[in-house]
Amino acid sequence: MKQSVTVSKTADLKVSSALKILVSRLNIKAPKFNPNTIFKKVVVPILSILLFIGLWHVGARSLYNIEADFKIEKALADQGQAAADSMAACIASGDISCQPNTLPSPAQVWDSFNTLIADHQVISADKLAFKDKTAALNEKRIAEGKDPITYTGRPSFVDQIFTSLKTVFAGFLLAFMIAVPIGIVIGLSQTLRNSFNWLIQVFKPVSPVVWLLLVFMIVKTMTKDSNQDSAFIISFISVGLCAMWATLVNTAMGVSSVDKDYINVAKVLKLKPLQKVFKVILPSSLPLIFTGLRITLSVAWMVLIAIELLAQSPGLGSFVWEEFQNGANDSNSKIIVAMFVIGIIGFLLDRIMLTIQNMVSFNKNAAT
Amino acid sequence: MAYLELNNVCKTYGEGVHATEVLSDINLSIEEGEFVAIVGFTGSGKTTLVNLINGLLKPTGGEILFKGKAVSGTSHERGVIFQNYSLLPWLTVGQNVSMAVREAFPNEKRKAVKERVAQYVEMVGLTPAISKRPKELSGGMRQRVAVARALSMNPEMIIMDEPLGALDALTRGNLQDEILKIWSKDRRTALLITNDVDEGLYMADRIIPLRPGPRATLGPEFKIDIERPRDKTELNDNPFYKKTRNAIIEYLMSIGEERKTVSGKVYALPELSPKSFVA
Repeated sequence: MKQSVTVSKTADLKVSSALKILVSRLNIKAPKFNPNTIFKKVVVPILSILLFIGLWHVGARSLYNIEADFKIEKALADQGQAAADSMAACIASGDISCQPNTLPSPAQVWDSFNTLIADHQVISADKLAFKDKTAALNEKRIAEGKDPITYTGRPSFVDQIFTSLKTVFAGFLLAFMIAVPIGIVIGLSQTLRNSFNWLIQVFKPVSPVVWLLLVFMIVKTMTKDSNQDSAFIISFISVGLCAMWATLVNTAMGVSSVDKDYINVAKVLKLKPLQKVFKVILPSSLPLIFTGLRITLSVAWMVLIAIELLAQSPGLGSFVWEEFQNGANDSNSKIIVAMFVIGIIGFLLDRIMLTIQNMVSFNKNAAT
Repeated sequence: MAYLELNNVCKTYGEGVHATEVLSDINLSIEEGEFVAIVGFTGSGKTTLVNLINGLLKPTGGEILFKGKAVSGTSHERGVIFQNYSLLPWLTVGQNVSMAVREAFPNEKRKAVKERVAQYVEMVGLTPAISKRPKELSGGMRQRVAVARALSMNPEMIIMDEPLGALDALTRGNLQDEILKIWSKDRRTALLITNDVDEGLYMADRIIPLRPGPRATLGPEFKIDIERPRDKTELNDNPFYKKTRNAIIEYLMSIGEERKTVSGKVYALPELSPKSFVA
């Protein structure tokens, strides 16, 4: 009797501890009810953003002061006390003509962002007006067999973003179309892998700038007799060539390292070679191929800016370069705006690829 | 003429100085409709033997005859159930089976294929899980899918490489019964590789121990003349069962002992005394 009582007690204990574990598990699954999770997932990131902006503000402020002091001292040394006083007054008044040129503060960047958006609205309104105005004329020109008149005003910041996205997707597509088939072929044959390995190892670390020059040499000659703008072609081909290596290497690796069990299954089922590739080898290497594509897309986005900057093709890269050359008072803060936009778009592209990767992956826990 | 015949088969991995002979001088003949079990220690070359018979590997010496013809490559006539299930993880249960069906019966219409798949999935009792992926299934269920896949090709002989090795004892017992039930329907020739003597005794007509490798070879065979269907609880009281079981285990233990004495080298240890850090 006594024994049975103790047994039931321990059973009770077990049940209650099991319940506790269950409850704690449930809490993790439903973050709404757990203040700790909210703190970790929402409050801490927000605090870190605030801390970042604060540090940036303080840093920008001190750089501003160094630059301002230097300007005043220079005026004092060159032109005397009166000039120095007027310079100090000028800086204090916030006059554009004498502002110290240094790292912009968060507030300045925010203002520039708003300026850029407003600018975009003005330009798109302008474009719309232009379209309305030329609609009748263009119809006539098309009827006569002439090219329609197009808007040739300067592109807005938002237009530049879309141009960059277009270039990066064209480059990504090119990389995809070159790297995946070649990777599969190389992966299937040890001999081909050995014979192409030197080529991959040599060209993989080549800098985007050199790729650009190489593509420039070739494309320039090939588009000699056509008068279309070759900057876009040059930049997207360079982006594709720079970025395709990750996919190439990953595809070859995925295809060559298929689990031996799956190959045995294919052998026992007597699959024909093509079926073996499409039904066993490719599905099992899809996760690695997509890991490669994800790296390719982020590399493509990263090198795009440098390539646009050099190739003079429109986009965010040339926007940054033009602003730097421009040297206007708000140029620096516009460059920082572009930096954030580039970063955020890169992050979003990576998330999109990750989602696709998780969708095609049979191994759900493989990538995060 | 035996259904499956192995004459002086040996298998060597590597070449020259690095060559290791895994199997040597294997002689085996299996009659049609027979259920033969090969019992051996892990690492004794059981999987190599299976891969030789199903055609995934080529013997270094000797010959393997299936229905009088030399085995060259895999064939749909010999269905294989692998030790680790080897299901394709990106396909559902139904798709895994239907891949095999479509290969074995390339001329069958879509509907006939579908029916055949459904029939074999039903046979292993997985109809409710037909559209699940292997990851969502338990070990026992996965092995049942592998059984369905192997049988759906309607092979003349079925080769099982430790099919139940990774399962817990209860699931193991259930699946043994299920495989026997399926087997007894048309009594196809079957070869079971296992490391469990009881499993062999319960399922097979004949048990052949595999002496451990390197240079593994088959030992003397033990016939199991117990009437089918066998009952597990009754088996325990069957004097013949007890005798055979003891004989097999004794044999396996004795080769195990042999192996131990072979490697019973005495190593001289250097004389060391612990150093005192206190003083």
